[in-house]
Amino acid sequence: MVLQNSNFPIGVVNQVIGRSFALKGDDIDTDRIIPARFLKCVSFESLGKSVFADDRIQLNGLHPFDLPQNQGSKILIVNENFGCGSSREHAPQALMRWGIRAIIGQSFAEIFYGNCLALGIPCATSSISTIQEIQESVTMKYEQIYNLDLQKESLISPAGNWRIKLEQGPREMLLNGSWDVTSQLISKNKELQNAKLNIPYLNNFNIDAKPKERSY
Amino acid sequence: MHRVANLPGGSTQLFVGLHLIHEVTSPQAFAALKDKGLQVKCPEQTVATVDHIVPTINQKRPFPDPLAEEMISTLEKNCKTYGIKMHGIGSGNQGIVHVIAPELGLTQPGMTVACGDSHTSTHGAFGAIAFGIGTSQVRDVLASQSLAINKLKVRRIWLDGQLNAGVYAKDLILHVIRTLGVKGGVGYAYEFAGPGATSLSMEERMTICNMAIEGGARCGYFNPDEVTFEYLEGRIHSPYGEAWNRAVNWWESLRSDPKAHFDDEVRFDMSKINPTITWGITPGQGISIDEPLPSPSLLQCSDRLIAEEAYLYMGLKPGTKIAGVPIDVCFIGSCTNGRISDLQAAAEIAKNRQVAKGVKAFVVPGSEHVAQAAKDQGLDILFRKAGFEWREPGCSMCLAMNADRLEGDQISASSSNRNFKGRQGSAKGRTLLMSPAMVAAAAVTGKVTDVRTLLKTNS
Repeated sequence: MVLQNSNFPIGVVNQVIGRSFALKGDDIDTDRIIPARFLKCVSFESLGKSVFADDRIQLNGLHPFDLPQNQGSKILIVNENFGCGSSREHAPQALMRWGIRAIIGQSFAEIFYGNCLALGIPCATSSISTIQEIQESVTMKYEQIYNLDLQKESLISPAGNWRIKLEQGPREMLLNGSWDVTSQLISKNKELQNAKLNIPYLNNFNIDAKPKERSY
Repeated sequence: MHRVANLPGGSTQLFVGLHLIHEVTSPQAFAALKDKGLQVKCPEQTVATVDHIVPTINQKRPFPDPLAEEMISTLEKNCKTYGIKMHGIGSGNQGIVHVIAPELGLTQPGMTVACGDSHTSTHGAFGAIAFGIGTSQVRDVLASQSLAINKLKVRRIWLDGQLNAGVYAKDLILHVIRTLGVKGGVGYAYEFAGPGATSLSMEERMTICNMAIEGGARCGYFNPDEVTFEYLEGRIHSPYGEAWNRAVNWWESLRSDPKAHFDDEVRFDMSKINPTITWGITPGQGISIDEPLPSPSLLQCSDRLIAEEAYLYMGLKPGTKIAGVPIDVCFIGSCTNGRISDLQAAAEIAKNRQVAKGVKAFVVPGSEHVAQAAKDQGLDILFRKAGFEWREPGCSMCLAMNADRLEGDQISASSSNRNFKGRQGSAKGRTLLMSPAMVAAAAVTGKVTDVRTLLKTNS
């Protein structure tokens, strides 16, 4: 089932409130999140129904994304190195279009993390023991409403509260609504033109530009 | 020098010197651009090709798959609308994006390179900083020619010694990933350095940087040196004349200071590495050809579950050896190992031998240039004589977005970069990653075989 999701993240993301469920396992890669055959599209629109397509076929209705009690949930609890592999934004797009609005896990692969941030989906982390506790709680008490509070860096619910972490930069960007960086990048046109004047390969190598530090 | 501005949240806005695009991750970016009423900022810094979805048997248009045809024509339309150079099929320059940019001399030391594909790390072989990005970022680069990037830590991977005969760059990087783990590189750029690193050719360096991402690193790079300059000299987009000398001067200044501080350092002796193959479902589950498969109970807790999952999926048993495992399909190609030296190494094994009965083996050159070079050397005929299929350039069965794919639970010997569940087009398909020469060895023997035994017979 796919939610009707025209309400994608926009502006300030200070909390994500909704039901939650666990998807267990380390190193869950983006090929599993959205198999390559679904990348044959010129729009992300229909990806929601294909999230974890092959894993779901194998589990024949018992995959967490198919269980009736998980339908309509917003917060996904995962384990280590979630989203490793391909840079395909189709992976977070498929999760978002299925209904996921926040992910909490032990750790995330970097490109996936950045792709989520670009969509306004917070990826929060916590220790293995906390994640396992949360996974147990959301499985036992799937009907509960959980609140991922970015300001308090906590997951709050009647079932219990847990400390979670967000990287400082992305947290600020979500809290002040500046996670959609396109307009910021475009606004620096003057700075961009200046930078171009100092890049040797854009100026027929007529510039003596010696890097002072190892910093791009 | 690529810094444009500091952004709120602590990231840096970096100018992107070379933006590479292809048909899979760009259409939504162009659509978003149009939605927002934005233009392409610097069309001359963006280069397009088509690789992921192209058929490798018959490339006549329209493609038989209407979705594939829609993707290529959308890219063509977008390139035309925004004035972006596209290297299309039959142009002589088409191929896998990470193969063509180096061979056209587009990738150069000191550049910032971005592409909507994780294997963009390949371009680090030139001493460029190269990032794989998502589609939202492709949109941002199109609109602003820049990217928001966080500062990375650097781990120096110091390489001593030389690779032995029958051991290739692929074995080296599989060994590194196996040792450091698939998440060992998170937060890092990998710098490959040391006497072993300087002894490697550009194509070997590309194979290594290509898979840095499989070790979790955001990018990988080598310092530019004589080998780099020799590779670049005379290529279509390389500087020439007086500018060449100025370029070399600048490139030489880019090398890491020998006294530079690194956030971490690890060392490998290349002479101790054996042919290495993956046996599981992550690129870190590698094993040398003569080792028994690991027992999950002896692994660290964090590796145990994924190892058990891998055994279940792969149908292999702990304690047995990977050598001798029967193979159904052999794939030589991809942005990891689809270059001319890869085809030459495989051809050395295929020469005067025959693909084993029941094995499907095919060679997909990484680009039209690679295909032409191979034909000039007679490699296409050599492979065909040996029973391999010779195909047209593209990504092919690395990710199976075209018609090339595994069926059922077939097991492949593959020179590509990922052995994830279902990666090669069948939800139950199994992938063993290895060097192109090892793939050829598997093809002619019908099973996983130590290529060194065949090389001995050759001599």
